Amino acid sequence: MTSMANNNDELRELYRELILDHARSPRHFGKLADATHTAEGINPLCGDKLKMYFQIDADNCISDARFEGSGCAISVASASLLTDTVIGLKTQDALRYFSALVDRLAGRVTADDDDSGINLGKLRALEGVKEFPSRVKCATLAWHALNSAIHRESQAASTE
Amino acid sequence: MSKQNISLTNANDDVVDIASCRADFPALSQNINGHSITFLDSAASSQQPAVVIDTVSEYGRHDHANVHRGVYTLSHRATEAYEGARDRIGAFINAASRSEVIYTSGTTESINLVAQSFCRPVLQRGDKILITHLEHHSNIVPWQLVCEQTGAELVVAPINDRGEVELDALIAQLDETVKMLAVAHVSNALGTILPLPKIIAEAHSRDIPVLIDGAQAVPHMPVDMQDLDCDFYAFSAHKMFGPTGTGILYGKESHLDKMPPYQGGGDMILEVRFEGTTYNELPYKFEAGTPNISGAIGLGAAVDYLTKFGMDQVSRYESELLAYLTEQLQTVDGVRLIGTAERKASVQSFLLDDIHPHDLGTILDNQGIAVRTGHHCAMPVMEFYGISGTARASLALYNNQADVDALVDGLGKAKDIFTA
Repeated sequence: MTSMANNNDELRELYRELILDHARSPRHFGKLADATHTAEGINPLCGDKLKMYFQIDADNCISDARFEGSGCAISVASASLLTDTVIGLKTQDALRYFSALVDRLAGRVTADDDDSGINLGKLRALEGVKEFPSRVKCATLAWHALNSAIHRESQAASTE
Repeated sequence: MSKQNISLTNANDDVVDIASCRADFPALSQNINGHSITFLDSAASSQQPAVVIDTVSEYGRHDHANVHRGVYTLSHRATEAYEGARDRIGAFINAASRSEVIYTSGTTESINLVAQSFCRPVLQRGDKILITHLEHHSNIVPWQLVCEQTGAELVVAPINDRGEVELDALIAQLDETVKMLAVAHVSNALGTILPLPKIIAEAHSRDIPVLIDGAQAVPHMPVDMQDLDCDFYAFSAHKMFGPTGTGILYGKESHLDKMPPYQGGGDMILEVRFEGTTYNELPYKFEAGTPNISGAIGLGAAVDYLTKFGMDQVSRYESELLAYLTEQLQTVDGVRLIGTAERKASVQSFLLDDIHPHDLGTILDNQGIAVRTGHHCAMPVMEFYGISGTARASLALYNNQADVDALVDGLGKAKDIFTA
């Protein structure tokens, strides 16, 4: 059994300052009128619903990204961090971030054996969810929507 | 209010005092994340007393065989236990006859059975099914399906800001086009107790049959079929200290007699020929295939357990505890109560500051406190309040003031983290 002190640490890891900051003041929040790619992320478990907007140029560069909707602190912070991360990236590179992050949060890959070549940088703040299995979906919701949008899937992305 | 006030004295020697019942539930003696467990999610599914767990286990060890089939000893034992449970469940809800007590997989199947077997054969375009705005999805979607199948229309009686059904509006909606009124006894998201005697009388005065979704009422208050006089009443074993996958449909015999079977298979027949089949008598007509025998026997044990305390005592104990819960939640700065009806049972939904309920649920779980977070399978209720979900604390007879106090402390911790 984990001690109470460790529990407390796990909670502080989950709700780090960076996460709370992005949850309170999400970056690039709102609709993108001239979006070329959009997708919805829905988490039926808790009712999180995010709409992701991307403007993708002819040369597959993500020139702008925005999102709107409502969700828990983790899903909103993750969406906000996503927009910070992918603006300016080629779509194939954005997808590499998606894979690397999802693998890491699901525990399939650890920092030691990560050979994705992706430096997650401040996205590592999301790693606190690893101790909270029911919250991994919250942290990956926006990223699944990104994946859907880039592949122009018309259906809403779901974490289910 | 002190704990002393809540533990009622034993006027009747046959009634066991509720205050000591927590020890009967093995799951409630464990630690979760380093804290002794605070279980406040019985509205989703209640914990089981040892007597239910043991009864089911003993059946599996000694008495299992298929029911209504064999001439051998084990089959007799299984049948006796299974049918004996039906008799005790029928007595518990004061059904007029055992023919009116049908085993199903739960409230959801019970409601679907009525929608498909009672309503579907007679519904026509222009007919209406009336429900209310506070229903659980399982008392919405079965009616939407039968409306799609028949061209009938689903209409919804409004609620007010406290989460009470607008009775005048509901009564005004009861006209000759309404072929079924289906309402909750107690709202799972808001805790509102509906004024059933009035609602049922108004419907019956217009010859409209009434189905009650009783899933959130049966574990918390006396429920009497002959007194209520409803046409159908649905409930689930796992919300009343029994196993999952079992429930009951109560139906008036006069209706059940006329209804076609819901599903075909073994056990629901008298004689099968390829030219045609004669159906079994009630209640077996609606119980196709090998039933959930152990579940039914477990529900019988749960009913015996509740009977020991008496539902009047359960109801009084929980009302006082709910009052304490509501009062204590209001002492927390930033709490907004959702569902403040005058007559309530067991449930209090709430929001804290602008903390998303899902985050609140994680922080509380970290302190060993289980609450439900989200839309509680009542999305129209959330839409009514313009919110995506709530945190919900729900009580059962094993909860006490210490559980409420732990919740209030837990909310303080959540505020600390989110204002850090």
